[in-house]
Amino acid sequence: MSGPDGTRLLGTGAPARPASWTSKTLALTANELRLAMRRGESLLITFVIPAGVLLVFSSFDLSGGSSTGRPVDRMLPGSMSLAILAASMVSLAIATGFERSYGVIKRLGGSPAGTSALVASKTAGVIVVEAVQVVLLVAIALALGWSAGPAVSAPLVLAGLVLGTVAFAGFGLLMAGTLRAEATLALANLLFLVSLVIGGVIMPLDKLPATLASASLLLPPAALTRALTIGLGGAAGDATEAVVVLGVWAVLLAGLAARKFRWD
Amino acid sequence: MTAPASPAAPASPAAPAPPAAGDGAVRVHDVRKSYGARRILAGVSFEVRRGELLSLLGPNGAGKTTTVEIIEGYRRADAGTVSVLGLDPARDGSALRPRIGLMLQEGGIDNRSTPREVLRLYARFYRDAEDPDDLLEAVDLGRAAATRYRRLSGGERQRLSLAIALLGRPELLVLDEPTAGMDPAAKQATRERIAGLRAAGTTILLTTHELGDVERLADHVAVLDRGRIVAYGTPAELTGAGAPRVRFRLSAPLAEGERAALVAAVAGQSAPAARVVDAGAGHHYELEGLADAPDPGMVARLAAWCADRGLLITELRLGAASLEERYLELVGADAAAEAGGEA
Repeated sequence: MSGPDGTRLLGTGAPARPASWTSKTLALTANELRLAMRRGESLLITFVIPAGVLLVFSSFDLSGGSSTGRPVDRMLPGSMSLAILAASMVSLAIATGFERSYGVIKRLGGSPAGTSALVASKTAGVIVVEAVQVVLLVAIALALGWSAGPAVSAPLVLAGLVLGTVAFAGFGLLMAGTLRAEATLALANLLFLVSLVIGGVIMPLDKLPATLASASLLLPPAALTRALTIGLGGAAGDATEAVVVLGVWAVLLAGLAARKFRWD
Repeated sequence: MTAPASPAAPASPAAPAPPAAGDGAVRVHDVRKSYGARRILAGVSFEVRRGELLSLLGPNGAGKTTTVEIIEGYRRADAGTVSVLGLDPARDGSALRPRIGLMLQEGGIDNRSTPREVLRLYARFYRDAEDPDDLLEAVDLGRAAATRYRRLSGGERQRLSLAIALLGRPELLVLDEPTAGMDPAAKQATRERIAGLRAAGTTILLTTHELGDVERLADHVAVLDRGRIVAYGTPAELTGAGAPRVRFRLSAPLAEGERAALVAAVAGQSAPAARVVDAGAGHHYELEGLADAPDPGMVARLAAWCADRGLLITELRLGAASLEERYLELVGADAAAEAGGEA
């Protein structure tokens, strides 16, 4: 089969004009999401494990009486924190690390796509996945009897989600842009497991040795869990420290990733 | 590390004579590049004229990829100037990229995507790209259109890469080893497509180890060795610049003592430096050091001398070397062997 007009050789003639930034970003985002749905292990850690954690651990009280509310009040913020970490750090780092080692980013960089459309599409991809995660987890929590009381603070939840995402994505891209893909894979999965413990996801931090607990609160996973716990009404308290911790990490890690990321 | 001065080909007969600055689609002038203490490019200059096909040759490690990546805007030269379609690739990348088609070597595609998805994605970077399905048919990937990249053969991956490069009807096409990994039929089809693109006016920069392709397709050839252009010219100029030679194969070996007699009978007194050397197993010989190009009389004398001794000439080749032979002379046999081993 020949070209549209039969005689002209495909690939010759007046050069094509570049598409708009929006059109390129939408195309790249759609591609990003289509490929994400084909990564089974990524779906497992971004959706299945956080939902499973919420379902299973809402049936027990692991707080040993230290928590006054029902388990689901503590498990919704914990599982949401874990989900955000999975999407913005683990999954993003692994996907980007392999794209870098396979030269995907290099090839796109030589196309008219442009760096800003590429970065925007990755950001949009993470936001879409996180939106689905939040809807899914809240729906499960509602089914388990959770309800949004007067203590719920949407601005605080949103601030936690945004700052946590930037901090995690910064660290994920720092790994993906500096380490071998296999090292990124191993490290990202290890951090996922570690954050189950030091992120206050399953057990409250006060079950940990005191020094470890207070050190953990200075790290993004636990800080995000704390901000979300207060924001979703799971505990009363002041979230200022947690938000400040997240903000500092977000600036630090995103800046470091932007400086250190190598495309090839 | 300081590089020895012109180690490969001192004062080669086809001395690098880059064209004067004119209407070049690609102009590379005195480009230098080092990675730490390792000098990769030691002052490279050449030009690709609009509408021509220039082939950049050189052994692995000569600096071809670095040169091409500087032209593509992936790397920045330490010194020297580079102009591509009148723009600076290091600064004006976003204006340049829609006008250039890059056929990179294998890779750069997510293992989980299919050729059709990849072409549709890249097509959306343009307002009016070629139709992805037409291109899939054109490069004979119609049947593999929905196959995951992971399962494509090397040749299919190369053809996908070519289709990506053609989506935007580029003014300049950069082809890096376009036929590597292809079967003979696909190689032939790709060669014809490249010739067609060049005939339609596309400027093409081609790097390859397939010297036969270069002889057939290239308007000009630039040979890069150890970070310098060691030869530049048309394929005919390059091969014609080699020493005159006579190669022949005999039905039986030539004794050591007979060689001087053969030289005396065939080359005569006019070529005191002439001698017969072995040119491969199976009684291949070469008469080298001739002063003039072979003429009919010389062939008659060689045939008569052999006939007197009952030797049959089973093969005879005269005159210019093939591009491959000339290339090996230019870059040195050790570098060539290394390149052949990796290719």
